[in-house]
Amino acid sequence: MDDWRNGGFGLYVHWPFCQAKCPYCDFNSHVVSRIDQSVWVKAYRTELRRIGDMLPDRLLNSIFFGGGTPSLMHPDTVAAVIETARDIWPFANDIEISLEANPGSVEAGRFAGYRDAGVNRISMGIQALNDEDLRRLGRIHSVSEARTAFDVARACFDRVSFDLIYARQGQTLEAWNHELSDALSMAIDHLSLYQLTIEDGTAFGDRYARGKLRDLPTDDNAADMYLATQDICDRHGLPGYEISNHARPGAESRHNQIYWRYGDYVGIGPGAHGRLTLNGKRHSTEALRAPGAWLESVEKGQGTLPFLALSQEDQVVEHMMMGMRLHEGLDMDRHMLLSGQSLSDSKLSMLQDLGMVERVGSRLRATANGRAVLNSVLRELLTD
Amino acid sequence: MTELSKIRNFSIVAHIDHGKSTLADRLIQSTGTVQDRDMKEQLLDAMDIERERGITIKANTVRIDYEADDGEHYVLNLIDTPGHVDFAYEVSRSMRAVEGSLLVVDSTQGVEAQTLANVYQAIDADHEIVPVLNKIDLPASECDRVAEQIEDVIGIDASDAIRVSAKTGIGIKETLEAIVTRLPAPTGERDAPLRAMLVDSWYDAYLGVIVLVRIMDGVLKKNDQIKMMQTGARYGVDRIGVFRPAMQVVDELGPGEIGFITASIKQVRDTKVGDTITHERKGAETALPGFKPSVPVVFCGLFPVDSSEFEDLRDAIEKLALNDASFSYEMETSAALGFGFRCGFLGLLHLEVIRDRIEREYNIDLITTAPSVVYHLFMKDGEMLELHNPADMPDLSKVDHLEEPRIKATILVPDDYLGDVLKLCQDRRGIQMDLSYAGSRAMVVYDLPLNEVVFDFYDRLKSVTKGYASFDYQMIGYREDNLVKMSVLVNDEPVDALSTMVHRDRAEQRGRAMCEKLKDLIPRHMFKIPIQAAIGGKVIARETLSALRKDVTAKCYGGDATRKRKLLDKQKAGKKKMRQFGRVEIPQEAFISALKMDD
Ligand SMILES: Nc1nc2c(ncn2[C@@H]2O[C@H](COP(=O)(O)OP(=O)(O)OP(=O)(O)O)[C@@H](O)[C@H]2O)c(=O)[nH]1
Ligand SMILES: C[S@@+](CC[C@H](N)C(=O)[O-])C[C@H]1O[C@@H](n2cnc3c(N)ncnc32)[C@H](O)[C@@H]1O
Ligand code: SF4
Ligand SMILES: [Mg+2]
Repeated sequence: MDDWRNGGFGLYVHWPFCQAKCPYCDFNSHVVSRIDQSVWVKAYRTELRRIGDMLPDRLLNSIFFGGGTPSLMHPDTVAAVIETARDIWPFANDIEISLEANPGSVEAGRFAGYRDAGVNRISMGIQALNDEDLRRLGRIHSVSEARTAFDVARACFDRVSFDLIYARQGQTLEAWNHELSDALSMAIDHLSLYQLTIEDGTAFGDRYARGKLRDLPTDDNAADMYLATQDICDRHGLPGYEISNHARPGAESRHNQIYWRYGDYVGIGPGAHGRLTLNGKRHSTEALRAPGAWLESVEKGQGTLPFLALSQEDQVVEHMMMGMRLHEGLDMDRHMLLSGQSLSDSKLSMLQDLGMVERVGSRLRATANGRAVLNSVLRELLTD
Repeated sequence: MTELSKIRNFSIVAHIDHGKSTLADRLIQSTGTVQDRDMKEQLLDAMDIERERGITIKANTVRIDYEADDGEHYVLNLIDTPGHVDFAYEVSRSMRAVEGSLLVVDSTQGVEAQTLANVYQAIDADHEIVPVLNKIDLPASECDRVAEQIEDVIGIDASDAIRVSAKTGIGIKETLEAIVTRLPAPTGERDAPLRAMLVDSWYDAYLGVIVLVRIMDGVLKKNDQIKMMQTGARYGVDRIGVFRPAMQVVDELGPGEIGFITASIKQVRDTKVGDTITHERKGAETALPGFKPSVPVVFCGLFPVDSSEFEDLRDAIEKLALNDASFSYEMETSAALGFGFRCGFLGLLHLEVIRDRIEREYNIDLITTAPSVVYHLFMKDGEMLELHNPADMPDLSKVDHLEEPRIKATILVPDDYLGDVLKLCQDRRGIQMDLSYAGSRAMVVYDLPLNEVVFDFYDRLKSVTKGYASFDYQMIGYREDNLVKMSVLVNDEPVDALSTMVHRDRAEQRGRAMCEKLKDLIPRHMFKIPIQAAIGGKVIARETLSALRKDVTAKCYGGDATRKRKLLDKQKAGKKKMRQFGRVEIPQEAFISALKMDD
């Protein structure tokens, strides 16, 4: 069996535009005054067909429209992409088709259109449930707009998740616990809860480097918030199934699980990445990030950079890095197959003694404490 | 060959940064020795490290032709010298090759500690001294005051000091004239047996060992068979030349001239600075008085971060030693750091320079252990041992007593900061020897233990005086004191590379400071880590580094995999730069930084 089948097969479509750039965000997103959607439809289609030809005989488990702000896409654009994908690959009966949406009033008006196009899951970037913090995060919507948009989404879709960013400037543990309870009372069956990350090359990154980003929680406070988040969500029946993702069992994002279970995925659009098994060899794919340059490259016949074959070590590392994020843990048998050797017993016992990992059958799982310092755990597992 | 009366040889000496190299630039440029288009600032500072730090490390010689106002053509040999105290040895031997010195004093700063040190050396070498007041283009320039200071503090006549801007070129002509009219011509006998002073030698990738010589008597020609009078080594001369400042081959060098020879000498170590070169046949009977050899005073361990690079390190150190006879090395093994070298240096800047060069030119990441001085251990059985490394401290029951090196430190400082300087010296176990004033500047002389100075004394001095103090020192001998070895335990494991010698009365304070420092320097681990300082078996200070609690990437999806992987790889590489002690990783810089005192 090809290794990717352990994880499934998905399609990621990147929409690189936003109405405004958020100061913390390092995603490939651009603010432009005019977008000719027909050009994008054409380019997405061309790319899809080109890559589809390399990957016959696959069953598509999921599609994800990510961004940027895909809720700026015209429903017809979304429909065209879904239709093209359906022409190329048979869809799994339970295919998940997600779209990331910003919670403004304009996008809410398009939700019905997305549903008609075939989208069956919305992931909404609400980010905070108080207006002051939304402002500090540079968001252009208010809490009440977000709640309204969320209600519209609920009316159109069975599956609606939303994102919050915590460990924000000036946020206390108490304030976050409170906000989280609010969020849980709104939530349906899925939540993404991210600790604020200061990314290089963003406005926050610059401010941080200049010492101007004040009142960020200390690492210890942030760790307390993380552990409290795990607890509270557990008690509400939305346990963490991944470092930052919570779901009622069965309601996990299937698309994202393809990544963490190290399956194959096609990445289409500016800056999109993919992992594809071709002739039994796993490759990584990457596209030019600038929207104009990407369109041009598609026109010239190839919307991605040349595929790179992943070495055995690359695969071992990626599999571990992704797998350890999941509550279900790392499949150690698969690790053994990929790497040709099992994990060092002394390393494992050391990490076990420290309470960072536990063995559950043939899986290795990070404990709640271990997940809070997962990078250290991974470094330990990956250095000999 | 140049007639003796038409030769002038001189060194340019000054406190660091007073403008020696810039003055040399102007002298070279205004005499047309180097074309304008080939000029650059501090032309003679050719080493990367000199250009980067803006300082001179190696003395440099240049031959200049000058047509003076008297209509005669003169040959001037100038030696630009380093100002930093670590390289004082370069200055002293350069002075032995010339008859006069331009004493450059920054007219915005006045007399500083190395100004004094250099003047005394020049006087020792019987030099005619021409004072030059530099940087007169700056508004803060105070020539009259500085001239007065030179007379008061140094006691030489400064009434005819030349006022110069080495930057703009004011006063350069006057300087050249003063060199010709005020400095003496060299003496020597053309017909006497050859006596050439071996002033310096270094390794050149193309030509091999290059020897800088000053001819005292006789004539040196290509193909001559020569003999080194001290070492007895014999060579055939391949090449003779002068520096302008590029090498230019000449037919011969006569009395009073300075130039270079090459002679298929394999290693710099085969030459001995201060040696006398003569002809193999009909050679001179008596050698010139030699130089005192330079002695390393600061020792530290250099270990490769990646222990598989030990052989590369050996290679790098051997190559650097080829070019720098003032640094010594021997193999060292450390339980904590594996194989490396214990190296001796002239001072801390010298140490830094060598370390930087190994890291950059040879691409080897290094762990540098705490610098230490050489202690004299007097054993109960009457034997005296030199201790270069605190980790080697023998069983105390066998030691009768211990002596440490002391220095005489001279510090010049504006009155306002005097209190801070005195406090610093007292804190470092200093004994005041003298305190006098020159205008609003105080000159303090202290007897200090070298071990309190090698490390961060100069940094501290700069910081407490906002950079206004200047400092110079010389060794004055050994004295007994109550010194003990303090060891450091991290997670209950002793880390030998962190052992230091401290005065018993200060051990607790130093131990506490060190544990606190280490607590900041060692990254948090997944578990908590005790850090202790101990004397013998007795713990004198303790800190606990709490466990790491947050280290996770919040978002990681398909698109991030590659980037997050790179991040992890980078962290893994960072991990490699650390040293493993039991379960604890200590970053390489900790071995030095842990000892810095911010008091
Ligand atoms: N304004 C002004 N600056 C000068 C003058 N002479 C030198 N400088 C500056 O002073 C600094 C030090 O000059 P250097 O010539 O490197 O001094 P140095 O004495 O050779 O220094 P070391 O070799 O490190 O002891 C440089 O930034 C020069 O540009 C001058 O006449 N006027
Ligand atoms: C691709 S973004 C975009 C979704 C959508 N454009 C929006 O902003 O609502 C997906 C999510 O990542 C999270 N995110 C982005 N940058 C982050 C950062 N620097 N730290 C933590 N979370 C971040 C936000 O919660 C965001 O909703
Ligand atoms: S957070 Fe969302 S809306 Fe803001 S810039 Fe990033 S992708 Fe665009
Ligand atoms: Mg200089």
